[in-house]
Amino acid sequence: MSIVTVQLGQCGNQIGFEVFDTLFSDSHSSQGLCSKRENEAYQASCKERFFSEEENGVPIARAVLVDMEPKVINQTLSKAAQSGRWKYGQHAYFCQKQGSGNNWAYGYSVHGPRHEESIMNLIQKEVEKCDSLSGFFIIMSMAGGTGSGIGAFVTQNLQDHYAHSLKMNQIIWPYGTGEVIVQNYNSILTLSHLYRSSDALLVHENDAVHKICAKLMNIKQISFSDINQVLAHQLGSVFQPVYSAEGSFHYRRNPLGIDWQVRPPISGLPPLGKMPLNKELHFNTSIANLAILRGKDVQSADLEGFKDPALYTSWLEPVDAFNVWKTQRAFSKYEKSASLVSNSQFLVKPLDMIVGKAWNMFASKAYLHQYTKFGIEEEDFLDSFTLLEQVVASYYNL
Amino acid sequence: MTQSVVVQIGQCGNQIGCCFWDLALREHAAVNQKGIYDEAISSFFRNAVLIDMEEGVVNEILQGPLRDVFDSKQLITDISGSGNNWAMGHKVFGSLYQEQILEKLRKSAEHCDCLQCFFIIHSMGGGTGSGLGTFLLKVLEDEFPEVYRFVTSIYPSSEDDVITSPYNSILAMKELNEHADCVLPIDNQSLFDIISKIDLVVNSGKLDTTVKPKSLVTSSAGALKKQHKKPFDAMNNIVANLLLNLTSSARFEGSLNMDLNEISMNLVPFPQLHYLVSSLTPLYTLADVNIPPRRLDQMFSDAFSKDHQLMRADPKHSLYLACALMVRGNVQISDLRRNIERLKPSLRFVSWNQEGWKTSLCSVPPVGHSHSLLALANNTCVKPTFVELRERFMRLYKKKAHLHHYLQVEGMEESCFTEAVSSLSALIQEYNQLDATKSMPVADIPRLSIAM
Repeated sequence: MSIVTVQLGQCGNQIGFEVFDTLFSDSHSSQGLCSKRENEAYQASCKERFFSEEENGVPIARAVLVDMEPKVINQTLSKAAQSGRWKYGQHAYFCQKQGSGNNWAYGYSVHGPRHEESIMNLIQKEVEKCDSLSGFFIIMSMAGGTGSGIGAFVTQNLQDHYAHSLKMNQIIWPYGTGEVIVQNYNSILTLSHLYRSSDALLVHENDAVHKICAKLMNIKQISFSDINQVLAHQLGSVFQPVYSAEGSFHYRRNPLGIDWQVRPPISGLPPLGKMPLNKELHFNTSIANLAILRGKDVQSADLEGFKDPALYTSWLEPVDAFNVWKTQRAFSKYEKSASLVSNSQFLVKPLDMIVGKAWNMFASKAYLHQYTKFGIEEEDFLDSFTLLEQVVASYYNL
Repeated sequence: MTQSVVVQIGQCGNQIGCCFWDLALREHAAVNQKGIYDEAISSFFRNAVLIDMEEGVVNEILQGPLRDVFDSKQLITDISGSGNNWAMGHKVFGSLYQEQILEKLRKSAEHCDCLQCFFIIHSMGGGTGSGLGTFLLKVLEDEFPEVYRFVTSIYPSSEDDVITSPYNSILAMKELNEHADCVLPIDNQSLFDIISKIDLVVNSGKLDTTVKPKSLVTSSAGALKKQHKKPFDAMNNIVANLLLNLTSSARFEGSLNMDLNEISMNLVPFPQLHYLVSSLTPLYTLADVNIPPRRLDQMFSDAFSKDHQLMRADPKHSLYLACALMVRGNVQISDLRRNIERLKPSLRFVSWNQEGWKTSLCSVPPVGHSHSLLALANNTCVKPTFVELRERFMRLYKKKAHLHHYLQVEGMEESCFTEAVSSLSALIQEYNQLDATKSMPVADIPRLSIAM
C-alpha cells in the first residue's frame, strides 16, 4: 500500500523534505519498545508506503517535486542526498525558471496547463513503481502562487486521471498577519477548487504551529525549519503504520482510507431552528474523530472521553464518528504518543476570517487586475466565495 | 534562474549604474569564495545597456577600472547632449536611436534564457535620462510585454539647479504612469541627509567600537573605482544598495523567497498606483555579529522612520496600501513576526488591506553586514512630492517660461504639457481619495448570504 507524495512550491518542498526525513528516522529508530519482529514489520510497511528501493540500498522517496523556480528544489534534493540515508529520485522533479509570482491565476491558468503533461508523467512514473497504490498526498501552501494554484490544478488532474485513488491535500494555512498580501485571495481560490476535487484537506495553521514552538517547546528564535519539523512530526505520527483490524503484525491499514466525507443522514438534516439555549458550547462540534495511539499500554488506554455525545453533532452517534488506531511500536522514541485527527468546527473561525478579509478586499476591487490578466475573472471569485460561505454555514450549523 | 537587464540612461543613471555594478561585483567576489553562487550572480545581471547623449560619463566608465565589465557593444552615445530638455531626449533622440536601442535590447534579451525584468535607472529632472529614458519604457512595453519594467527615478529636489526640471519631471511622470510596472522614486535631498547623518554618527565617536567606520553603504574600500571625492558617490551607493537588496531574495537562498514578479503582484493593488517608497537599514555596520534582539528590532523601527526613507516622505503618518519587508541575514520568521506585531499599531493601513504585509527572508546578508532590511511601501506619503512638483511646474508654465525650447522640437505641442499635468492630477486625486478614507472606521462589507 504505497502513497505517492507531490510536493509543490517552496512551502510544499521544504515540508516534504522534513516529512520524509521524520518518517525515515522513525522507522529506523532502534527504540521501538517492541519485539524485533514487530519492529521489522513496521519498518517494512513504512518502507513500502513511502520509499522505493534502489540498487545500492539507498531508499528513494516516492515523491514528485514541483516548483516554478529552481532554488528550493535544488536545496531539497541536495539536503536529502547529503543525508546519505535516503534521497529523492534523480529525475523525480519538475522545475521552471520563473516562479508564479504569488499569483494563483498564474499558477492555475498558465503554469498548470503549460506543464500538465510533464508533471502528470512524473506522477505516473511514481505510480507505476508502486505494487499497490493507496493514494496521493499533496503538500502545498495556500498563500503563494505555485503551491496554491498549481496544487489546485494538479489535484483536479489527479481526480480526472486516478478517479479511484484517494487524494489527501496537506494545506498550510498562512499566518494571519501577512506573509503575502494577496494570501486571502489565493486561499479562497485554492480552497474552493480543492473542495471539488480533493477527498480530504489536512490543515496546519502557521500561527498554531508557531505557538507550539514558542509556548510548548520554548524555542527562542523560531525558524521555518523549526515549524516544519513540528509539522513533520505530527504528520509522521498519523501516517506511520498502524495495526489493521486483523491485529498485530498486519500493518495494512490505509492511512488515506478514512471516510473523511461524512454524509448527513438520508432523512435529511434536522431543521435549522434556533440553537437550543441549554447547549453548552464547550467543544468544537465534530463529525469525525480519529485517535492514533502508539507505544506502551496502547491496548489498555481509556478512550471513553472521546465517545461523549457532547462532542458530536446531533445527527451522529459517537460510535459512527469516532475511530481508534493503535500500535505498540513507539513513534520517534516517545514511550507513549497520541495523535488526534479531527473533522470539526475548529477551522470555522479561521476560514470565516479569511473569507471575510478576502471579501473586503474584493469589494474594493484591489489587486483584481493581477488575476484577470491571467483569466481568473470576477465570476470565478464569486463562485469561490459562494462555495466557501456554504462550507462555513454547514460547519456552523453542526 | 531568471535574468534581468539593467538599462542606465543619462548622467545620473550611468553614475548610479556604475556604483551598482561595482557593488554587485564585490558581493559576487565575497560570496564566490564558497563557489556556490557564482552562477547566481553572473547569470542574474546578464547585460547592461548604457545610454547617454553626451560622452563624458560613459567615456569615464570605459577608461576606468570597470572597463572590463562593459563591452562597447552595450553602449549608445551621442555627443551633443539633450540640453536638459525632455523633448530633445524623448522626441529627437528617441526617434534617432530607436532602432539601435531596440537592437541592443534584443541582443541582451537573447542572451537570457529567462528574462524577467528590466531595471531602468535615470533621473527625472534632466533631458536624456528623463526624456530618452521614458521613451525607452514605451519601446520596452511594446517589444517585451511580458517582462517587468522596474524604474528607479531620481526626482529633483526643490533646490535643483536645473530650472526646467519641473517640466522634465512632469512630462516624464506621464510616461511612468502609463508604461512602468513599478517606480521607486528617490530624491537627492533625502540621500544627502542620510549621508550627512551617517558621517555625523561615524565621526562623532559616540558609538566607538561598536560601529565599523566603513560600511558597504558609505565606503568604497575594495572598490574597483578610485575613491573620488565626488559628492554623489556616497549617495549613489545607497541607491545601488537598494537595487542589490531588491534582487537578493531572487538570487540567493532563503527560507521565504521573494521573486521580482512578487513585488508587483503584492504591492500594486491598482495599476496606476505603482509608486513605492523605499527605506534601507542599517546604514552602518555594527561590529557585533550576534545581534541581540534589541538591535535587530531597532533595524525594523528605523525602516519606518522618516529619516531612513530614500525620498521626502513620512509613511508613518500617511496611509499604507501595502508594505513589503525584505530581510537579509541571520533573521528568522519569529523575529519578523515579533516586529510586525510591534509596529503594526502605529501604522495605518487602508481598510481593505489591514494586514497588507509581504515578507521575505534571504539567508545571505550584504557584504560587511550581518543582516539588513529593505522596506518598500505603497503609501500615500508620495503625494506631497507630486503636489509640490506640480506647483513648481505651474509656476513656470503660467508664465510660459522656457516653453519655446520645448515647443520648437518637432512633435511637441502645448497639449503634451496639459496632458502630462492632467495625468499627474488624476494620480494625486487617487491618493486624495484614499487619504480621505484614513479617518473612517473600518466597516465590514456585508457578506454573501447563503440559502441552505
